[in-house]
Amino acid sequence: MSEPVRFVSRGQVVTVAPDVPHTMTVLEYLRTHLRRTGSKEGCAEGDCGACTVVVADAGPDGKLRHRAVNACILFIHQLDGKALFTVDDLADGEHLHPVQQAMVETHASQCGFCTPGFVMSLFGYFKTHEKADDSSLKDALAGNLCRCTGYRPILEAGEKMYGGGSEDRFSPQEAALLKQLSALKRERMLDHSTSAGSFIAPRTSAELAETLSSLPQGENWMLAGGTDVGLWVTKQHRLPRSIVYLGRVAELQQITDHGDRIEFGAGVTYTDAYQSIEKLHPAFARMVRRLGSTQIRNSGTIGGNIANGSPIGDSMPALMALGATLKLQSKTGTREMPLEDFFLAYRKTALQPAEFVASVTVQKPGPTSRIGIYKLSKRFDQDISAVLAAFHVTLDGETVTNARLAFGGMAGTPARAKQAEALLTGRRFTPDEIEPAVLALADDFTPMSDMRASAAYRLLAAQNCLRKFCIEVSSGKTISAEAAE
Amino acid sequence: MTSVVHKPIKHDSASKHVAGTARYIDDLPEPEGLLHAALHLSERTHAKILSIDVSAALALPGVIAAITVDDVPGDPDIAPVVRGEPMLAKGVVEFHGQPVVAIAAIDLPTARRAARLVKVTYEDLPAILSIAEAVEKQNFLLPPLGLKRGDATAAIAKAPHRLKRELNIGGQDHFYLEGQASLAEPREDGDVIVRCSTQHPSEVQKLVARVLATPMHAVTVECRRMGGGFGGKETQAAQFACIAAVLARKTARPVKLRLDRDEDMIITGKRHDFLSRYEVGFDADGRILGYELTLAGRGGWAADLTGAVVDRAVFHADSSYWLPDVTITGLCCKTNTVSNTAFRGFGGPQGMATTEYVIDEIARYLGRDPLEIRLANLYGKDQNNVTPYFQTITDNILPELFDELLASSDYKRRRQEIDTYNAQSPYLKKGLALTPVKFGISFTTTFLNQAGALVLVYEDGSVQLNHGGTEMGQGVYIKVAQVVAETFGISLEHIRITATRTDKVPNTSATAASAGADLNGKAAQNAALEIRGRLAVVAGAMLNAAPDQVVFADDHATAGGKSVTFAEVAHKAWLERVSLAASGFYATPDIHFDRASGRGRPFYYFAYGVAATEVLVDCFTGEYRFTRADLLHDCGSSLNPAIDLGQVEGGYIQGLGWLTMEELWWDDKGRLRTHAPSTYKIPTARDLPEDFRVQLVSGRPNPANTVFRSKAVGEPPLMLGISGWLALKDAVAAAAGTRHVHLDAPATPERVLLAIEAAKRAAAALAELAAK
Repeated sequence: MSEPVRFVSRGQVVTVAPDVPHTMTVLEYLRTHLRRTGSKEGCAEGDCGACTVVVADAGPDGKLRHRAVNACILFIHQLDGKALFTVDDLADGEHLHPVQQAMVETHASQCGFCTPGFVMSLFGYFKTHEKADDSSLKDALAGNLCRCTGYRPILEAGEKMYGGGSEDRFSPQEAALLKQLSALKRERMLDHSTSAGSFIAPRTSAELAETLSSLPQGENWMLAGGTDVGLWVTKQHRLPRSIVYLGRVAELQQITDHGDRIEFGAGVTYTDAYQSIEKLHPAFARMVRRLGSTQIRNSGTIGGNIANGSPIGDSMPALMALGATLKLQSKTGTREMPLEDFFLAYRKTALQPAEFVASVTVQKPGPTSRIGIYKLSKRFDQDISAVLAAFHVTLDGETVTNARLAFGGMAGTPARAKQAEALLTGRRFTPDEIEPAVLALADDFTPMSDMRASAAYRLLAAQNCLRKFCIEVSSGKTISAEAAE
Repeated sequence: MTSVVHKPIKHDSASKHVAGTARYIDDLPEPEGLLHAALHLSERTHAKILSIDVSAALALPGVIAAITVDDVPGDPDIAPVVRGEPMLAKGVVEFHGQPVVAIAAIDLPTARRAARLVKVTYEDLPAILSIAEAVEKQNFLLPPLGLKRGDATAAIAKAPHRLKRELNIGGQDHFYLEGQASLAEPREDGDVIVRCSTQHPSEVQKLVARVLATPMHAVTVECRRMGGGFGGKETQAAQFACIAAVLARKTARPVKLRLDRDEDMIITGKRHDFLSRYEVGFDADGRILGYELTLAGRGGWAADLTGAVVDRAVFHADSSYWLPDVTITGLCCKTNTVSNTAFRGFGGPQGMATTEYVIDEIARYLGRDPLEIRLANLYGKDQNNVTPYFQTITDNILPELFDELLASSDYKRRRQEIDTYNAQSPYLKKGLALTPVKFGISFTTTFLNQAGALVLVYEDGSVQLNHGGTEMGQGVYIKVAQVVAETFGISLEHIRITATRTDKVPNTSATAASAGADLNGKAAQNAALEIRGRLAVVAGAMLNAAPDQVVFADDHATAGGKSVTFAEVAHKAWLERVSLAASGFYATPDIHFDRASGRGRPFYYFAYGVAATEVLVDCFTGEYRFTRADLLHDCGSSLNPAIDLGQVEGGYIQGLGWLTMEELWWDDKGRLRTHAPSTYKIPTARDLPEDFRVQLVSGRPNPANTVFRSKAVGEPPLMLGISGWLALKDAVAAAAGTRHVHLDAPATPERVLLAIEAAKRAAAALAELAAK
């Protein structure tokens, strides 16, 4: 049993009452314990953004780092040692924050229920951008749904909020806040128990391995970003014996550039990984910009996306196409395996009890590599893919020397199209010559029909993506409704 | 000279919205002893209930009560129109997700866990899941509505060209951001006060009284604001208010029922999906000569408002076109799915979309630009101006709006450019469509066109305003406040807007049919005029002038060059023992409709609009992006152009979402599988057309005598979104290289790609046949 969870709000250290259970979300805590009802519950699954809050901590450069996240699927214990900003905190008495003032002036609220979330997403943007640009603003708002306005005035507010510059009343207090946060740094790992269960946050891989090996019998969860695990609480009403949080394990937060390859610690969020992903390939980065939303990417981790074994996680096919390998770790040591061997069946992985994903390593593509990644969904932003196609061919002149075609949404796990790959290898990469491989996708996969797409669409679209990729490679031009003039 | 109306004034709650201080039901301070409720939902699509076991739920620590329909003290039937909608399932479940048991517990997680412990046993019954099956088996909730003029069958038979096809148009979830929520508090004498997120407090009051077996005077319903409604809280809020009230009665404690998003989407009704079957005869210029149309709407398991929704679909199946010989039939189909309900447009969009599609089909059949066919069939001003229900259209401004938008959107040049682009672009294709809106304003159930208001002037000159309109974001509160401020000649800060309450204004209609500001604005204006008349007498005496010489403006009463403040007049009136309170009432004049003959004047006037939308489609995947939209919409003399612009923009995007990405998907067992934002996708900021140009029509006051000659704006702009769907159809035709394409709604990327493939296959098959 360690000291209670503490975080900073409105310049004060808030100590979470010791009887608050380990499954309490930040949103529930705000609304029921603190009775701060500005943050709203719209969906309780991280898809609508009405609950958006901003969490701040010291970044790697020692400066204050602001991140918009969904409070509905963030556990209160995850806030330990951080600063929290909610919509209730921004105005100074009657004096609205520039973000709020801009929203009023542009008539950006109608029913007002989504508005606190938009205010906080814009606040998160304001704290991380010197000025607004349309594309990044839309990225920042992709995780916030508004049913009334049609968004035009909200985007206008995003521009207008810089009318008085990019400083606000919190700017002069950043040094003091950093000092406050530094004083909350833990000497020992967080280990908080109530009658309902425990929340444990190891600080090193060794502590994590030790913790996992010594957990009591019962339902024990590993928690990374919580963008999936949060729903086990809010939607499935499950009550685990313990939650082991990976967000404080130092080694898991590292990104290491080994020259020919990049190693991502499993706890690295998509936001933190973005620059390195861009180094791997711009197509991968473009896809990651559409993976979840800003709030989800600020919480969600690469390792979490892999370890939960979902057949529809978007990064897996991309990582498989790039030839990623995993490092798994437990008290008894580490082992490595190609990513595709990790997925055994629907939601079943090779992870052993008390073992965790430590890192994923991705080779940097060489000059003869051609890479295309296609995410197909009903909505462009923040939608789970009907099909995710990731292609990586190595060319010798026009001839394919190696092909890796990986798909999400086509089978019970992310999977490679082995028959199609075989039919590409050794052939010229031209629209005519790849057609047998295109057709072989029908042998590789028997996709299912569900609410995201029919089997017929999945197969046809997967085939067309390969056709399109080939034309893009030979023409050197991207074909996309998004990219076109 | 006006000073407050026709001005772009901010929403009255804007500053509270952005600060997080605007309170919704779940934000209200919780009364002592509050219990939280949760529901156990049917796990079958259509089945007899054999047994219900709540013992495990009751055994969970913290659970206080569990109720079934048998625990309802009064009449459990909470249907708004036709009987047959029990508060909780009675003996039989008729759709997957129907509430069966309600639990009250000391906190929400406990209530929700307990609801999952309820055990119900069932005996399955056969289920009907599709509209087509319901039509085939004549499984209807209500008798059909038919409109008929001339002999459509004969006209079609004689016509030079004919088309006979069918079209599927999907439904839509409201996705108001605030889910359904009610808080019921017992008071003395068996009274109950219910705070409820509802568009229809009076109906909630009536139904709570019914389930509690009390007169309506024992029930007070209050709604300060909703976090979105869109029709989804017109009838749908009552069930949860009633459940909370019954639980409150049983436990003698306050009870809050707030639905989780998934439950909300599973339990509550949506926009009706429609199956439209048509045969149309036309001449070489695309003029419609005869039109036979059947509009089959999915009512779901119960009637709810389906009769009126299908009626409005029928009333709007003329869209904006003169139909000389016409038969339109509306069917109310019964299926074992959720009971569909009001949704912005209320059937009108489905009727209108069908005929816009038919016009597009005629154009493609003839190889013409659909714009030409639209103009060829457009209602005239002095002739060809009678609707299929025999209402003469006297306020038609569509010819002018077409001209204005054609010019401002540069339609003709862009049409050519797009054709050139498509000829040169093998993998990406553009589409463009321009469609009109003509939307009838008034409840088609005539008696609903009434409203009341209560205006209280205090002796310090401040004013409290109350009326039957409810605020769901559309700005009816600020608009009506502007009307009252204008009438008194005072500035808005002197007026306190108050929550809609059934103990202030009784027997109100739902805030629906776009009529909130029209009806309540007039009622409040009438109340204010009555008080102003009394104040004019007082002020006249103060200013030594005749009452009719007193002018109320700029917070003063003025006459003969002298003035006193409004507050001074109010204070004086109080001293003079003159009443400073008045209730106002309004009933829309001149409207009537006879169902049996299908004739009348159901609408007081029409609101108009035109939109041109352009899209770019990826022919490999069916993905698309809207590159430009030009909207021109008619609000008469807008009461508040900022609020109205928000309605136009938001309505258009909502309409675009309905016809493109928003797909409701049921599995073969009748389970809705798109019941959360993870699976049901409404537009995001990126889905806004990249180049978005929106104009309100200017200089055209409403010829009808509406409040300050404004027009209703809630629903009509939604139908501007039809242009986006038909732009996609245009692009599909370009991609397939054939004129003959079919594109159901919603036109998801999947439907777009498969439509291209199907059209290509059909064209190839035809070519092969021709070769033989």
